[in-house]
Amino acid sequence: MSESLLALYVFVLACFIGYYVIWGVTPSLHTPLVALTNAISGIVLVGALLVAGLETAGFTASTMGFLAVLLASINVFGGFLVTHRMLSMFKKKKQ
Amino acid sequence: MELVLNPNQQAVAYLVSAILFIFALKGLTHPRTARQGNWLGMLGMLIALGATLLGQEVSTYWLIIIGGTIGAIIGIVVALRIQMADMPQLVAALHSFVGMAAVLVAIGTFINRADAGTLNAVLMGELSAGIVIGAITFTGSVIAFAKLQGIMDGAPITFKGQHALNAAIGIVTIALAVHFAMTGSVISLTLMTLLAFVLGGTLIIPIGGADMPVIISMLNSYSGWAAAATGFTLHNNLLIIVGALVGFSGAILSYIMCKAMNRSIINVVFGGFGTGDTGGESAGAQAAQKGVKSASIDDVVYWMEDANQVIVVPGYGMAVAQAQHALKELMELLEQRGVPLKFAIHPVAGRMPGHMNVLLAEADIPYDHVLEMDEINPEFQNTDVCLVVGANDVVNPAAKTDKSSPIYGMPIIEAAKARNVYFLKRSMRPGYSGVDNLLFYQDNTSLVFGDAKDTIEGMVQALKGGGH
Repeated sequence: MSESLLALYVFVLACFIGYYVIWGVTPSLHTPLVALTNAISGIVLVGALLVAGLETAGFTASTMGFLAVLLASINVFGGFLVTHRMLSMFKKKKQ
Repeated sequence: MELVLNPNQQAVAYLVSAILFIFALKGLTHPRTARQGNWLGMLGMLIALGATLLGQEVSTYWLIIIGGTIGAIIGIVVALRIQMADMPQLVAALHSFVGMAAVLVAIGTFINRADAGTLNAVLMGELSAGIVIGAITFTGSVIAFAKLQGIMDGAPITFKGQHALNAAIGIVTIALAVHFAMTGSVISLTLMTLLAFVLGGTLIIPIGGADMPVIISMLNSYSGWAAAATGFTLHNNLLIIVGALVGFSGAILSYIMCKAMNRSIINVVFGGFGTGDTGGESAGAQAAQKGVKSASIDDVVYWMEDANQVIVVPGYGMAVAQAQHALKELMELLEQRGVPLKFAIHPVAGRMPGHMNVLLAEADIPYDHVLEMDEINPEFQNTDVCLVVGANDVVNPAAKTDKSSPIYGMPIIEAAKARNVYFLKRSMRPGYSGVDNLLFYQDNTSLVFGDAKDTIEGMVQALKGGGH
């Protein structure tokens, strides 16, 4: 099995996990859900690190890597923090 | 001794991180577990980034440190300062960043692999997918941001031959991607990238402002697929897994939003809804001749004081007027008098999924007072007072009775069944969909004209005065 085909296996199975996990999310938390998925899709930062961190990379590739690191970092830090801020507001009635 | 992870150790770390992300999303099943879920997500991200930085492939750090620090500062500052009413804009901006980052990573990878001489057709095909999806996500999100922020008019932009044009751009983009994958032509790569950026714009402009919750969900989904495509190009399973999770999250939200409007995703994507032209002599126009009743703040307070319960139906107008804090005060005063106050939330209320819940939570309103449409609908017929604050289409009985109405078939909040309905309105302007609201003309409905915040603050003052 080729590496790309293996990747396809992982992808399809992950889609099933996504389907079942997301249907469980309560509608009242749909905005935090979008914000949290913003944060975790900042995982493209991993790809950005690989481009920016390659020692032999030329100027153009390095620049692209640098910009990608910058943008994805905004997602990671901004996404998790704003999700935390929102979730801290959800309180049950004080008894 | 320097710590360097080999690819197997790295893969194990990525697996742990993927599991943590799944638990992070699972945490959102209930507000009680949600914050813990977010922490698990952060831990997952920390492990993933640590494993990447310690791997063999990353060897220069200065660019990463500078870029990461600038990004972190921007992210933290924005996240701390953003108003909850503006969350849709922040989310649109963050989607655009994922899209752009995916494009940059793909092109950067292409250049690095070309220098190393390790390009092949499959890889270039995967790179094309990453670039095209990323570019569409980017421009689409930028336009969504501009519409939400009011930089661009929210009305749909439609013209003749629009769908044919989009189809043509799409086909040419795919043809260029195939040519690029087979030959590695930089010209094809450049043209494909540019066309994909254009397509992102032309796909989003025909979708009207009323459909914002769907656009946000759709772009959320695209940003996930962009991350997954990046995972394919880098043969990184973590990116593939996360991309699939996020992609499905957005897709499911889009489905829920469409269902709540009784429209198909195709209908929303091809757009043109919310232009304001309603056809012919509809039931609404007939009812309009009957005229509307108006009520004063004191009338409403009089009925609320002795009500068995009060239900508030909030909409985006509540957020615009910033009336949620006054509503919280109203809730407390009524509760002191033994009158319970609840909130009824329609799935598409506000400008993104769950927007109302966050705005009410911001005003310190406990989440167990905030109920979903299906939970609360049976209660209306035994409710004395219903206050509609900044909502419109989601309470319009035309959705059930008027077959000629564009919103016919949409599930609605049954506010019309309450004994007294008070509609807080600035003017007689119809809702986003441009449809006249039959509820205005019902015998048990009265309109309270004025700014929502001022009106509710007036009610609070009247209740504090206590004299009736």
